[in-house]
Amino acid sequence: MIRAVMVMNTQGKPRLAKFYDSQPVDKQQELIRSVFGVLCSRAENVSNFVEADSIFGPDSRIVYKHFATLYFVLVFDSSENELAMLDLIQVLVETLDKCFKNVCELDLVFNYSKIHTILDEIFFGGQVLETSSAEVMKAVEEISKLETASNSITLVPKSVSGWRGR
Amino acid sequence: MEQLKTIGRELAMGSQGGFGQSKEFLDLVKSIGETRSKAEEDRIVLHEIETLKRRIADPDIPKRKMKEYIIRLVYIEMLGHDASFGYIHAVKMTHDDSLLLKRTGYLAVTLFLNEDHDLIILIVNTIQKDLRSDNYLVVCAALNAVCRLINEETIPAVLPQVVELLGHSKEAVRKKAIMALHRFYQKSPSSVSHLVSNFRKRLCDNDPGVMGATLCPLFDLITIDVNSYKDLVVSFVTILKQVAERRLPKGYDYHQMPAPFIQIRLLKILALLGGGDKQASEKMYTVVSDIFRKCDSSNIGNAVLYECICCVSSIYPNPKLLEAAAEVISKFLKSDSHNLKYMGIDALGRLIKISPDIAEQHQLAVIDCLEDPDDTLKRKTFELLYKMTKSSNVDVIVDRMIDYMISINDSHYKTYIASRCVELAEQFAPSNHWFIQTMNKVFEHAGDLVNVKVAHNLMRLIAEGFGEDDDAADSQLRSSAVESYLRIIGEPKLPSLFLQVICWVLGEYGTADGKYSASYITGKLCDVAEAYSDDETVKAYAVTAFMKIYASEIAAGRKVDMLHECQSLVEELSASHSTDLQQRAYELQAVISLDAHAVENILPSDASCEDIEVDKSLSLLDNYVQQSLENGAQPYISESEQSGLSSISNFRSQDQHEASMHGLRFEAYELPKPPMPPRIHAASLEPSTELVPVSEPSYSRDTHQVATAPSISDSGSSELKLRLDGVQKKWGRPVYSSSPSTSNSTTHNTVNDVTQVDGAVNVNSKTRSTRDSRKPQVEISPEKQKLAASLFGGSSQIDKRATSANHKIAKAGVHAAEKAQAPKAAVVSVEKTNHQPSPDLLDLGEPTVASTTPSVDPFKQLEGLLDPTQISATSNHGAVGATESPDIIALYGNASASGQSSSPEISLTTNRDDVNFTVGLLDATVSTAHAGTTLPTQFPKGLNPRDSLEKDALVRHMGVTPSSQNPNLFRDLLS
Repeated sequence: MIRAVMVMNTQGKPRLAKFYDSQPVDKQQELIRSVFGVLCSRAENVSNFVEADSIFGPDSRIVYKHFATLYFVLVFDSSENELAMLDLIQVLVETLDKCFKNVCELDLVFNYSKIHTILDEIFFGGQVLETSSAEVMKAVEEISKLETASNSITLVPKSVSGWRGR
Repeated sequence: MEQLKTIGRELAMGSQGGFGQSKEFLDLVKSIGETRSKAEEDRIVLHEIETLKRRIADPDIPKRKMKEYIIRLVYIEMLGHDASFGYIHAVKMTHDDSLLLKRTGYLAVTLFLNEDHDLIILIVNTIQKDLRSDNYLVVCAALNAVCRLINEETIPAVLPQVVELLGHSKEAVRKKAIMALHRFYQKSPSSVSHLVSNFRKRLCDNDPGVMGATLCPLFDLITIDVNSYKDLVVSFVTILKQVAERRLPKGYDYHQMPAPFIQIRLLKILALLGGGDKQASEKMYTVVSDIFRKCDSSNIGNAVLYECICCVSSIYPNPKLLEAAAEVISKFLKSDSHNLKYMGIDALGRLIKISPDIAEQHQLAVIDCLEDPDDTLKRKTFELLYKMTKSSNVDVIVDRMIDYMISINDSHYKTYIASRCVELAEQFAPSNHWFIQTMNKVFEHAGDLVNVKVAHNLMRLIAEGFGEDDDAADSQLRSSAVESYLRIIGEPKLPSLFLQVICWVLGEYGTADGKYSASYITGKLCDVAEAYSDDETVKAYAVTAFMKIYASEIAAGRKVDMLHECQSLVEELSASHSTDLQQRAYELQAVISLDAHAVENILPSDASCEDIEVDKSLSLLDNYVQQSLENGAQPYISESEQSGLSSISNFRSQDQHEASMHGLRFEAYELPKPPMPPRIHAASLEPSTELVPVSEPSYSRDTHQVATAPSISDSGSSELKLRLDGVQKKWGRPVYSSSPSTSNSTTHNTVNDVTQVDGAVNVNSKTRSTRDSRKPQVEISPEKQKLAASLFGGSSQIDKRATSANHKIAKAGVHAAEKAQAPKAAVVSVEKTNHQPSPDLLDLGEPTVASTTPSVDPFKQLEGLLDPTQISATSNHGAVGATESPDIIALYGNASASGQSSSPEISLTTNRDDVNFTVGLLDATVSTAHAGTTLPTQFPKGLNPRDSLEKDALVRHMGVTPSSQNPNLFRDLLS
């Protein structure tokens, strides 16, 4: 099972954090901090795996990948395969890249809800749901299309009426 | 510069009109991004919280604005600030009809709330409604919330809808419904146990995505109960076959691999199902070997390959698959990627359980990983080493572990590795002295982290010796312990536990050998008590140690004059706040004033292992009980009688414990085990209470020796106890008459064949270290090779054996030389007997597999291949002589005969048939090759036999452990 997905920048600021087992807010912060502590102490050109028993309790591993100013981190247990998790990060990043065209840190900050939509299409309740970035993109686009549609229905009349009233 | 870029980008976004967020939010993010300190960030966020609090409470807020506020709340909470004032607004938003707002509401609540939050009750109704919605996106959003927010109590409220959704027309919904059900199962297995069959049904879903999703819950179910899913083996294998043969739609391909994530899941499931089940495993062999062939070397391909290895190592072993797995492992280990090395080491650790000799060909790769700066890799390698520790390499491995333990600060891992060191040391210690030294190091550097029992074990070990009546060895051990402790005691900041051990040992045995005077020892103890004056336990140990030392002085008839600082310490302690310390101080003062005879009775010397009679029936109370009964008290009914259980069940505390797991427990916790003579040893293994160990009454030193043999099996039961079964043989004098030790020597021949062979090499390197005519000239550093040799190499015991064998053979060669003319064959014979070549160390060629079963006498062919230079080099061995190959065989006969007479060990190997013997001599690996298991071995390509012989000599020179045989030679000879 996947326990958490985190994205943080190289200064340790969380950009995205989703925990699949409930953690209280301050505990989440502590976990993010200790994960960052581990990651920033790791040299370049070493493996992307870290055993994280001391942070997340027994039987937990971390796979991370460093892209530009961001760390993408997956926390999971022994029922997952490390190399596959590494590829899952790849899927996530590829999808983000397709979605935002040359994704960067700021895209994540400003599109918080969209990122979560993407995340929910890839991971579901701690399990891998979809691994094809094309499929994820399709689903996300469909959602945003319907969202804007429903939005325009409810919002346009209001704005029109507001404009008329002026 | 970065800052400028950031600002530029933000400006650009602002001009684009942003992403539906207002300028305010952009400003917030921007200002937080620009903060230099945490305090500044907090200030900004607190200000933002104030603003939001004010605005969010406004009743006529437009919905679109509300959405943004909620997102801002989520953002703030991610930064670690409390946004609970806005939770209720997020909940309200889930009730909205607009999809966008609803989804935002659900997103916020899933991030804000946990399943036990009070507000959940307000959402359940909405979720129920949304699960019935026509819009599948609404359903998906609701399912998403279900996973996160529904707890055990609310499961029944949504369960019917979720089950209904398993048949939804959209596959995305079916997939999510399956996973939601899986989530329910994780949270409360009992509430969905009647629905488990749905997972089986959905396995046949015509959408591969849904089928893939079903594998997650099935994996969990199979983990718990393998047997009820055995019938699915065929289905899983068929599915895996279809996936591997690319029968799935192209959309499921990932980096040219067909649905790798589904393959991985299936392989995991098959590994569970095939474990220890030959029939089931046989069905999997074909498909797994297909996958081995089909995987490319992309990252995901390697992930699948790794999973294949895991599968192969857990199902019923198949030689061909093991071979393929070994090949993949060597590919992983040779790769430059740390990730692959990590996976390789992990896989090696799995496979090593099935084919122990596979590690050998990767020894240098393993050592590289051990010395890698990457901590993850290092730790994984220690894990591997832990798995392959034997008595022959324990010292090297534990030394390495301790070095690493000293170098790290992570207390979690330090504790872990310290316990590993202790475990290995207890299990495999080659000598008492080594054991004590090792434990000292562990205590010194991680004393606060190890279990108290370990300290007690160490004290008991020193007190009891090693279960033999060799008092000289025991007292030697004790004095070496005393000496090492006196040396260490001056170090600053020793861990409390270690000091306790030191105080105890010094108190018991400090003056025992007469080397140190009582005043010297007590002075040292005084220093300790003063230096660690805030540690009461250490002080208590120290005071009791004084008492023992003075008592032994008095008993020996010497006059006791207490050191001045001791006196003041005792006085200080007699006014201590701790009653325990006070009591000890007063006791000490009282004991000192007694005469020799009384003291000897109170504190007999070296009596820590003697038994103290415990009157378990408490007969002293009989009168009192009688009196009470006469006065009309109820007679006592034992608990076992009360609960109606027979008292026998109490002996099986394990069963009793399990039985009582589910209900109220009526029986007593555990009856003290009655003394049973054959279990003396096990009983004595219980941790001694700190100063006055209480052992079983029937224990006595005389019966000890006799009792150990039957008790061996008992003593191995508990983890933390000293495992004396393996140790005893190692530590005792080499007596091979008793049955356990002979069985041990035979296993050496069959199981530890590697060790034996390597032992010979070690000898070679040692005996030839004086000759420096040929230095190692390879790029691999000699230290590394030495390390490899010691890690994968043989024990000293085996060394000895191998030496004697070599000597005999050399001698035989000399004898023969008198009769013979040409030195060729003798060279061959020496080459052969020392045959520990290691081409893979020098030349990591492509691994090819071939069975090297030399059915012909290889020496005949070998003869012609050696030229005079070779001979001159090798004739240094002192063996010259023998003309023809038949002669050599005779020589071997000789050697074996003399070997037989010299040591019983050798006879075990020489009893084999001739061919076997001449080919491998002590090399039992050859015999395994004979047995038909084709083991993967490495053949460097393009080497001629002479080269390899030279290399072989070089390798032996450097004391490197070679692989089990020199296949390269034979291949060329026999082809």
